[in-house]
This record gives sequence, structure tokens and C-alpha cells, in this order.
Amino acid sequence: MSVKSAAAGAARASRPPAVSASASRVFWRIVFYVVSIAISVFMFLPFFWSLITSLKPSDEIFSMPIRWLPSRLTLEHYRAAFTTVPFGLYFWNSLMLAVAGVAANLFFGSLSGFAFAKLNFKLNKPLFRVLLAAMMIPGIVTMIPSFYVLKHFPFAGGNDWYGAGGNGFLNSFWGIILPGASGSFAVFFMRQFFLTLPSDMMEMARIEGAGEFRIFWNIYWPLTKPALATLGIFTFQAGWNSFLWPMIILNDPDKATIQMGLQAFSYNHQTDFGPMMAGALIAILPILLLFLALQKYFVQGIAFSGTKG
Amino acid sequence: MASISKLNRHQARTAYLFISPTILLFVIFTVVPVVMAFYFSFTNYDVVKNRDWVNFDNYKRLLHDDLYWTTFKNVAYYTVIFVPLNILISLGIAMLLNFRRLGVRLFRTMNYMPTLTSAVAAATVWVWLLHPEYGLVNTLLGYAGITGPAWLAQTETAMLSIILVTLWQSIGSNMIIYIAGLQGVPDYLYESAKLDGANALQRFRYITWPQLRPTTFLVSTMSIIGALQLFDQAFVLTQGGPGNVTKTPVYLIYQQGFNQLQMGYASAQAFILALAILIFSIVNMRVNKSEESVV
Repeated sequence: MSVKSAAAGAARASRPPAVSASASRVFWRIVFYVVSIAISVFMFLPFFWSLITSLKPSDEIFSMPIRWLPSRLTLEHYRAAFTTVPFGLYFWNSLMLAVAGVAANLFFGSLSGFAFAKLNFKLNKPLFRVLLAAMMIPGIVTMIPSFYVLKHFPFAGGNDWYGAGGNGFLNSFWGIILPGASGSFAVFFMRQFFLTLPSDMMEMARIEGAGEFRIFWNIYWPLTKPALATLGIFTFQAGWNSFLWPMIILNDPDKATIQMGLQAFSYNHQTDFGPMMAGALIAILPILLLFLALQKYFVQGIAFSGTKG
Repeated sequence: MASISKLNRHQARTAYLFISPTILLFVIFTVVPVVMAFYFSFTNYDVVKNRDWVNFDNYKRLLHDDLYWTTFKNVAYYTVIFVPLNILISLGIAMLLNFRRLGVRLFRTMNYMPTLTSAVAAATVWVWLLHPEYGLVNTLLGYAGITGPAWLAQTETAMLSIILVTLWQSIGSNMIIYIAGLQGVPDYLYESAKLDGANALQRFRYITWPQLRPTTFLVSTMSIIGALQLFDQAFVLTQGGPGNVTKTPVYLIYQQGFNQLQMGYASAQAFILALAILIFSIVNMRVNKSEESVV
């Protein structure tokens, strides 16, 4: 409620004929900063606290009253996180899956997005509508049959042409990469971006005798870098953070993702809060670094989904 | 003319080639599974040996499955609290941080950071924060003279804890969406309202809120769909406990399908859940529509 009154107050303060205009302006400025800082500190506190916990010596984690700052900093919990479970391997697995997902979505998404935005064909509108409508289907409905499809995929993982005999794409990275290789959101997002690019470059190139793929690859694709960056970030984040589907598909402990490893670790070592926090921070770190480096694209992407969605 | 139609044909061929990977994957991993899910829900498919047609047995069984309806009740409780709070807080912070003031960018960044965390990592961190004895939350409450509960272990507070954690994680991106929405509201509306003597509350009621209706619709739809499919946080924070008060339908479907291998029955459960999501979305659409006619 204080948020609303601050907004109201700031608006009121800007009304000209107030007697003590500057005094009330200062007052509302203070209110603004007090509220903003309080909210931001609350939102940031879990990061701070997990970081401090992960750097504290073990005996200080469970001290009463709590110690806000440790007496000395130690990396022992990070070492523990990497040695009690193969966290490095999990990290690598997640990285591979996320990067593969990004590469596939950027390529297939922009290929289809280009076709839907710039090329004339009879089924353009209907197919695009179907893709959009399908985004409304909750993931839970397709979960079990997708598992079935992957298990009985012909010629995969020891299967015959009829899809029997082996385990298909179960327990393989393909079982994660393939279903999400060309997400409807990627197609939609890239189509919207291609629509904003002029079409006359295409006409020119055609007159010059360039083929359609060259037009796409050499002329339009280089122009989509900002959109690709935004889409890439979100696809990476989704892939890196996904949990349920990899847990269903991957049974081999050596293929586990970092989210699965972290969950198993916190389930099995419920009182080892030091390594737990170290693990959680390691699982957050890549996205955090990505965000700090490419903050602009993050904000643009969300604003896009907010205005066009 | 002939050359134009040739060009068009060539273009169409290229287009179909370009979209073929997408359409192929879409058919294999969306169209086929949806049809199969419907089929499975009438069978006793169990991965290992059975896949017989059992008519409406799964749906009949579901009607009398108390645990299934408990999970629905849990997630309904979660949704009813989470979604309005999510909208209210996101919009509130967005309005606050929409002011052009020194440090606003830093505040926005700090508010956005939690949305970068994975559900598992966030839940892991909060398990520690909500620790009954050594957790930060109860320590801070202790400063205020309040003895905090055993958040995740008590039936009254377990779901509230999940609401807290998911709110913490989702406010940031909705805040950005709302800030983008707020910046799209034309200034002249506020100017003329001020001339008409509207106070801040009235300006919010008659300009900001109706102008943000599409944004609110988007945010509420997405959060309803997400809320009804809650899984990750419930799985890591409470494992569905204590006493099933935080078990969600997706959690149950996962257990039924992949632990007990009753995939036919789990498919029926998934279909009913999808129906519930559809109904909630339609109700939400109606609510947003009625808001329009009132203003």
C-alpha cells in the first residue's frame, strides 16, 4: 500500500500551487527511496545470505544468534559441492543441453519465422495460427505421450523401424533437445521481428538473381542479431533451468543436469547447508553472468512479450 | 505473368522447405502427443506390458480419487492467493520504479534478479532461509519479537512458503512487463485528467488500470497457467508434504505416470487438469472483459 501512496504522493507533489511544494517534494523523495530500498533489499537478501552461508566456516553456519558476516572466508563448501557429487559433470551436461537448444531454436526459429513473415504461400496464415494456438496447450498434456514417442522412435537407441526393441531416445540428450528444437515461441518471436524489416531488399536481391536461401542467409539473418540475442538468452535460460522433463528422460546419473544434481544433493544432504548454497549459486551463476553482460536484451525481450503477446 | 506465377511457386516451395523442420517437430511432439494423450486416457497403458482399451474406467476411478481432488484443492488455494498478489505487487513496484530518479535502474536490476534463478536453486536457497531455528526469516521475525513457525513442516504455512518463494521469483519479470505497459500509456490522458481535477487515486482507477488491461490480462493468464501446473518448487521445498497439503496435480501425475507407471490413468488426470486450466483461463478472460465494460 505504501507503494501506491508513494506514487500518489509524488504525483500530488508535482501539482504547482502547493504552499510548501519543495518541502513535500523532499518528503516524497525520501519516501520513494525508503520504499524502493526496502523492497530491493528484501529481493536481494536471499542472494546475499546464500553467498555468505556458502563462504562461512561450517561451525558458523549454525550459530545463535546468527552471524551476518563470517569471521573468515572459506571455499571449502565449494570444494565439497564438487567432490561429494560430480557437479562439474552436471554443469557440463546442462551447458551442452542449453547451448544445443539455443542453436537449434535460433536456426529453425528464424528459418520458419522468415518464411512466415516474408514468403507467400497458401498455408502461411493457417499454419501460423495453428502454431500459435498450440502454445496454449499446457505442457502436462503432452508429457506422457512425448515420453512414449521418444521411447518408440524408429531406428533410435536400438529400436527397429516399428519403434520396438530398444529404448529410443530415452536416457539420451536427444530426448531433451528434439522436442524443444523449434519452439513455437521462437518461430513467433522471429516472425514478429522479420515483419519489421523492409521487403524491398528481397526484391532487389531477386532481381540480382540470388536464391531464396541466400537472401535469407546473407541479407536478412545478419540483420536479426538483436532479436537472436534476446531469443538466445531466453532459450538458454529455459534450457538451463528446466527440471521436470530432464528428470523424466535422463536416468543415467552421468547424464544428469545441474538442476537434477542440485535437487538430489539437497534431498540427500539436508543439513549440509554450506555445500547446498554453494551448489545453488553455481547453478544460478551462468544466467546471472549472462544477465549482467546482456542486460539490455533481457529487458527488451520481456517488454516485447508484454506488448505483443 | 507466367514468370510471376513461377516466382510465386518457387517462393512457396522455398517456404515449405524452410518451415518443414518446425512443422515436422510440431507434428511429432505436439499434434501426435495430444491425440495420444486422449487415447491413453482410455487405456491401462503401463509402459511394461498393458495397453488395453478400458472405456471410461480411468475417469470413473478419478472421480473417487480423493488424493487427486486434494491436489486440485491445494493448487486452487495456491492460485487464488498467488495470482492476485503477483499482479498487485508487480504493478505496485512497476509504478514505483517507473519514476525517473537516480538509482532506479539499480533497483529494477535488484528486483529482477530473482527471476533469473531456476526453481530448484531458488527452492534450495529458501529451504535454508526458512529453516525453523537457524533460518534468516525466523531470525528477522525474532528481532521483531515474533516466534516464526516451522515454515515448510507445518500444514498451515507450507503452502504459504511456496507462495512466498514463487512470488519472489516471478515479480521481477512481471514488473518489467508492467513498466513497459506504463510507458505505453499516453501522457495527455494524465494531463487532461489533472485539468479535470482528478486525484491520484482516480487517475489510477480511470486511466492507469484500464489502460493496462491488456498487460494485466497477459500477466494473469500466464500466471494462472503456470500456477495450476506448479511442480518444481513443491517438489524441492516440501516434497508435497506435510500430509499432502502441497502436493499438486502435476506432482501427482508425475508420480502416477513415472513412478507407478500407470500412464493411462495419469493421462486421464492430465486431461482433466488441462480442462481446469482452460476453464480458469476463460473465467480470467471474462473477468478482464467485464472490467472493460465497467470503465
